Amino acid sequence: MKKFFALLLALCMVLALCACGGKTETPAAPAAPAAPAEPAAPAAPAEPAAPAEPEATLIKVGIINNDPNESGYRTANDKDMKATFTEANGYEASFAYSLKNDEQIAAAQKFIQDEVDYLLLSAAGTAGWDSVLQDAQAAGIKVILFDRTIDADPSLYEASIVSDMAQEGNTAVAWLESQNLDVYNIVHIQGVMGSAAQIGRTGAVDEMVAAKDNWNLVTQQTAEWNAETAEQIVQAVIDSGKEFNVVYAENDDMAKGAVAALDKANISHGVDGDVIIMGFDCNHWALEELLAGNWNYDGQCNPFQASYIDTIIKDLENGIAPADKVVIMTEKGFDATTITQEDVDNYGI
Amino acid sequence: MSEKLKTTNGGVGSFLLRIVRQQIFIPIAALLILVLFNLIMDPSFFKITLSTNSAGNPVFSGYLITILDNASELAILAIGMTLVTASSGGQDISVGSAIAIAGSVLLRVLCGTNSRPEVLQAPIIVAFLACCFVAMLFGGFNGILVAYFRIQPMVATLILYTAGRSIAAWINNNELPIISDPTFGYYGNFIPGIPVPTPIFIALACMIIIALVLKFTNLGLYAQAAGINAHSSRLNGINPEVIKLISYMILGICVGVAGFIKVTRFSTINYSVVAKDIEMDAILAVALGGNALSGGKFNMGASIFGAYVIQFLTTTLYKLNVTSTALPAYKAIVVIVLVVLSAPTVRAKLSVLWKKIAPKKDVKEASADAA
Repeated sequence: MKKFFALLLALCMVLALCACGGKTETPAAPAAPAAPAEPAAPAAPAEPAAPAEPEATLIKVGIINNDPNESGYRTANDKDMKATFTEANGYEASFAYSLKNDEQIAAAQKFIQDEVDYLLLSAAGTAGWDSVLQDAQAAGIKVILFDRTIDADPSLYEASIVSDMAQEGNTAVAWLESQNLDVYNIVHIQGVMGSAAQIGRTGAVDEMVAAKDNWNLVTQQTAEWNAETAEQIVQAVIDSGKEFNVVYAENDDMAKGAVAALDKANISHGVDGDVIIMGFDCNHWALEELLAGNWNYDGQCNPFQASYIDTIIKDLENGIAPADKVVIMTEKGFDATTITQEDVDNYGI
Repeated sequence: MSEKLKTTNGGVGSFLLRIVRQQIFIPIAALLILVLFNLIMDPSFFKITLSTNSAGNPVFSGYLITILDNASELAILAIGMTLVTASSGGQDISVGSAIAIAGSVLLRVLCGTNSRPEVLQAPIIVAFLACCFVAMLFGGFNGILVAYFRIQPMVATLILYTAGRSIAAWINNNELPIISDPTFGYYGNFIPGIPVPTPIFIALACMIIIALVLKFTNLGLYAQAAGINAHSSRLNGINPEVIKLISYMILGICVGVAGFIKVTRFSTINYSVVAKDIEMDAILAVALGGNALSGGKFNMGASIFGAYVIQFLTTTLYKLNVTSTALPAYKAIVVIVLVVLSAPTVRAKLSVLWKKIAPKKDVKEASADAA
């Protein structure tokens, strides 16, 4: 029995490894067509190329990101990184992907050994980065965080470029307030509870509802970023016969689910409709809905940090330290009445 | 007079006892409690109205329709999960990821390489069959691991559970295709002119098919035999490995159908969240049906009923407007009570208890009569 158990455990470990292998391998496959000019293989082939390179002007960057399959946001983020850190722009970039902190730390150590000039990091977890970042500092490697912050001494990194989710919520709520409705009966569909996006985007609504008498929450439920769950929640509200005139969904998928429920019940929505539809993330298809007037508002969650990082690196190369350690990206909100096809093309992810 | 009353009492008592002993009793009782609860809270819960949707077609709407509609995928999955549980004594935890794969295949066939096709690249039926076939292959992969390599079902299916959503994304080059053809949406919503949601029909068709299969083939019997004792079933001329493999492949087909419904609901897919955690609900449906999760005897009807109970509970909680953070806790409490009550050991204890109480009553009544 013990032997069997041991065997089972061993199998578990092997299989778990297999599973990991499958997971880390797959992102490489879609990554390749995303940027055909960019060699998908990380530092290994790049290293022998470095000494052969006659011009020493290329800046070596090691980029550690999350799995690009994670979400549309991440896919756009990865594409943006790949498009910016090219040889044409003066970079020699290597990429590593993982959703696991320990694998990311291992990748960071490898980049340190490869003597990159800059380490760009979107950490999977906030903790455990101190020692590896100290190693990087000792090796003279500058670290720039993007998208996510970590629990480490700020002296260990040059800058961090992040989204302010609370600001996204505030922008959206300010827009909603500017619509000057007599009464706001809001169906609020939340993301996965406790995620940074949910906390930020919920906070703004909660504050407003508490402050104003004519702002009411008809329902406030989590659909966990899932369109179908959102549809069920809105369906439940419709079936109960409660009146509402705003659907505030914390991402585009959930807004889409809500709209499906409204369509089933023949409730008009969008510009000149009975119900205002609000979403977040600015997916390309969502902005098209806006353009068609089916939705009213979409808040941006900016995945395009690469240009900010580019500026900071160029400044650092010229000896200019970034003015602020924490750079908060500007994030727009789009109104269906003012959005243009250009916006859809430029900001859709 | 009193004589008559007593006999009817006794009749009712034994009738009740017979019902309570039925395996399907627990999910039905749970459903009745939920129905009663909703009836007291708000009688309009059961109102069904005929209205038109935004496309101008007549549709039924109301909580009951919503429940029947949204439980479709779960009911279909419960069919396959019951067979897998019975024959292999374990559960497939990869169905959610497999749905992502099936849906991705479906869209890939329909869209080709263009993620926003103006015209469909293949007939929907072809795509549907392709999606079922691929899902069946993945089910077969799990089945081979379980049946021939003797890997614990949960461990074997863990592979697909972790890798499935990445595979799904890879199939479509990490694009999120959207289909604009309105006929595609008919399968997940309404066919114009028919006011009942299409998924209800699809689920019904699956139930009829599995009922016929169980009636006219020995699949059910063989699955139970393989699950109760693989060794002795082999001695009786049944090949338990094949039976296990077949049951995993049937679950694969169920996954394909469920994936088809999921994708047609919104004519698009999101690999990371589509059918998230549905495997747990499917396993729960099997458990609610009073089936032993360690395999062996099963009751298909009870499992399917369990699926509807779960959806009823979910919709009830949405209706009650429970705060988001507390929602899982409420669900957990109800589920714990139901699962404990439907556990075979608890039911055995309860029926012993019932027997102890029931004759006592008879004796008391008799003595009262005598007096």
